[in-house]
Amino acid sequence: MLQYTLQRIALALGIVFVAISILYTVMITLPGDPTTVLLGPRATPELRAAFRANLGLDNPVHVQIAQFWGRIASGDLGTDYNRNRPVAEAVFSALPHTMALVFGAIVWSAVLGIMLGAFSADNRNSWIDRVTAVLSVGFLAAPSFVVALYSLLLFSVTLRWFPTIGAGEPGDILNRLYHLALPSFAIGLAWVGYVARIVRAAMLETLGENYIRTARAFGLPRRTVIYNYALRVAILPAVQVLGVGIGGLLSSAVFAEIVFSRPGIGSLIYDSVSGRNYPVVMGSMLVAIGFFVTCALIADLVNAALDPRHRTRS
Amino acid sequence: MTAFRHTLTGRLLADPLAVVAMLIIAGMVMVALLADVISPHDYSAMNLVDRFSPPSATYWLGTDNLGRDTFSRLAQGSRIALYVALTAVTISGAIGLVLGMIAGFGPRWLDNSLLFIFDTARAYPTIILALALAALLPRGLSTVVIVVVITSFSEYGRVVRTQTLSLKNAEFILAERAMGASFGRIVFHHILPNVLGPFFILAAMNLPVVITIEAGMSFLGIGVPPGTPSWGATLKDGFDYIRTTPWIILAGGLPLILVTLGFTFLGEALRDQLDPKLRKGR
Repeated sequence: MLQYTLQRIALALGIVFVAISILYTVMITLPGDPTTVLLGPRATPELRAAFRANLGLDNPVHVQIAQFWGRIASGDLGTDYNRNRPVAEAVFSALPHTMALVFGAIVWSAVLGIMLGAFSADNRNSWIDRVTAVLSVGFLAAPSFVVALYSLLLFSVTLRWFPTIGAGEPGDILNRLYHLALPSFAIGLAWVGYVARIVRAAMLETLGENYIRTARAFGLPRRTVIYNYALRVAILPAVQVLGVGIGGLLSSAVFAEIVFSRPGIGSLIYDSVSGRNYPVVMGSMLVAIGFFVTCALIADLVNAALDPRHRTRS
Repeated sequence: MTAFRHTLTGRLLADPLAVVAMLIIAGMVMVALLADVISPHDYSAMNLVDRFSPPSATYWLGTDNLGRDTFSRLAQGSRIALYVALTAVTISGAIGLVLGMIAGFGPRWLDNSLLFIFDTARAYPTIILALALAALLPRGLSTVVIVVVITSFSEYGRVVRTQTLSLKNAEFILAERAMGASFGRIVFHHILPNVLGPFFILAAMNLPVVITIEAGMSFLGIGVPPGTPSWGATLKDGFDYIRTTPWIILAGGLPLILVTLGFTFLGEALRDQLDPKLRKGR
């Protein structure tokens, strides 16, 4: 297990390193001079040259990448020249909002999805099972940003049940949750059906196992067997899918943050892109990719810890 | 009737959800082909007198802030959606198919390096990568296609690799080899046809994903150029005036939901028919 864990961590670090390096290379080699953006079209050539030298833009590409990672290693994500603050400050004040949104969506959709999936497997071919099956594909197909727009229109603009903008008052947890409810509903909706399907399939498979039959033969109550014994194993595939699904949720979070005018990594990148603010774009990408790869890694390790068969799979 | 159900089309026609799905997709293709004929107005014609008109006999789905007819714009938008989806899925599928087969057949080190490339490409969250590249690349459909190809070729690659690996040492392949079949014959006559089933299911499932990515990027203003009637651009116009003219958002989201539903139901039905092993819990 230790060897597997170390291998996976090394692989995750490698992936983040290569993914960001490629992006950084593209960013510094593509035409389009950052000095024009930062200094404006009327800057003198001397000023540009001085600025380029100051930023290290004259060095060859591989040196620039080495310098970039050197800065990252010392905890410096660069400087946001547009607003004259460290990129790290901008990114790490935005990250908690995005994490709250993503985890909020995961928690409610996983809880509801697992319950629906277990219930469907228990009551196979009942009308609830059939409705869940159709709805789960239906929800899965609804694009999250359309769901976000429709729920904004229905619950905030028309019914006025929920606030339309912002993340709530700092320090006031209830107010924060109130602002979080609708966005996390919107991006979690697709996952309810997905989790339900996966849990249902895994449940049906598990219920056919020998140890479940043994438990039944021992006369354990049906409820205990299904919801305690089988469900515990049937959740595993859903954990794996949710870990990888963080990437999709991050993309959905961008829309939710823009539709509901929330602060977060998505709206930070969005604003930086329109302002051609490359250091902030790069810093946010690093954090977003790092967050995604970490979540996928954790899901992988949790699965391996709970199910040893998983470790040998390539 | 029983004989009829042995063909793929026959079995799909027996599945009500598949029929609904095919009707939706056929409808979308018809709208895309006949967009100029069925549109009551020119999709780009501005009519400032009639701006923000609610749905009426003249403007079936109302008009936007420039008085452009929403229905005509959505009809035209189906062309963009189909064009991007088909182009992007074809390119990423082709790359994935080739790389996946190379990984499946190649030596261990090549397989491992390709797997690493697949994992790395998968690490980019699609829309966030789209935003980062939007800062660098010109706005347009080709940027949308590039983003989709980067983030999705690895999916095809993985599926094709797994399939190739399991077939490589199958008995009928070993028999072919023992009989002296050439490498090309084994690849093109035996491996490829067996790989294509799961490959096409994945492609069908990915079409609505690509349509959503295009609409999403256009909604964020990093997809189609300004003025292009993409579904996402229509939603963006509606979002800006959500308090006064809700019908633009309502109408703009519908084709997107319908089409993703259609393709997803069809993909599910295809998977059930073509690959019973993948059938989950039925």
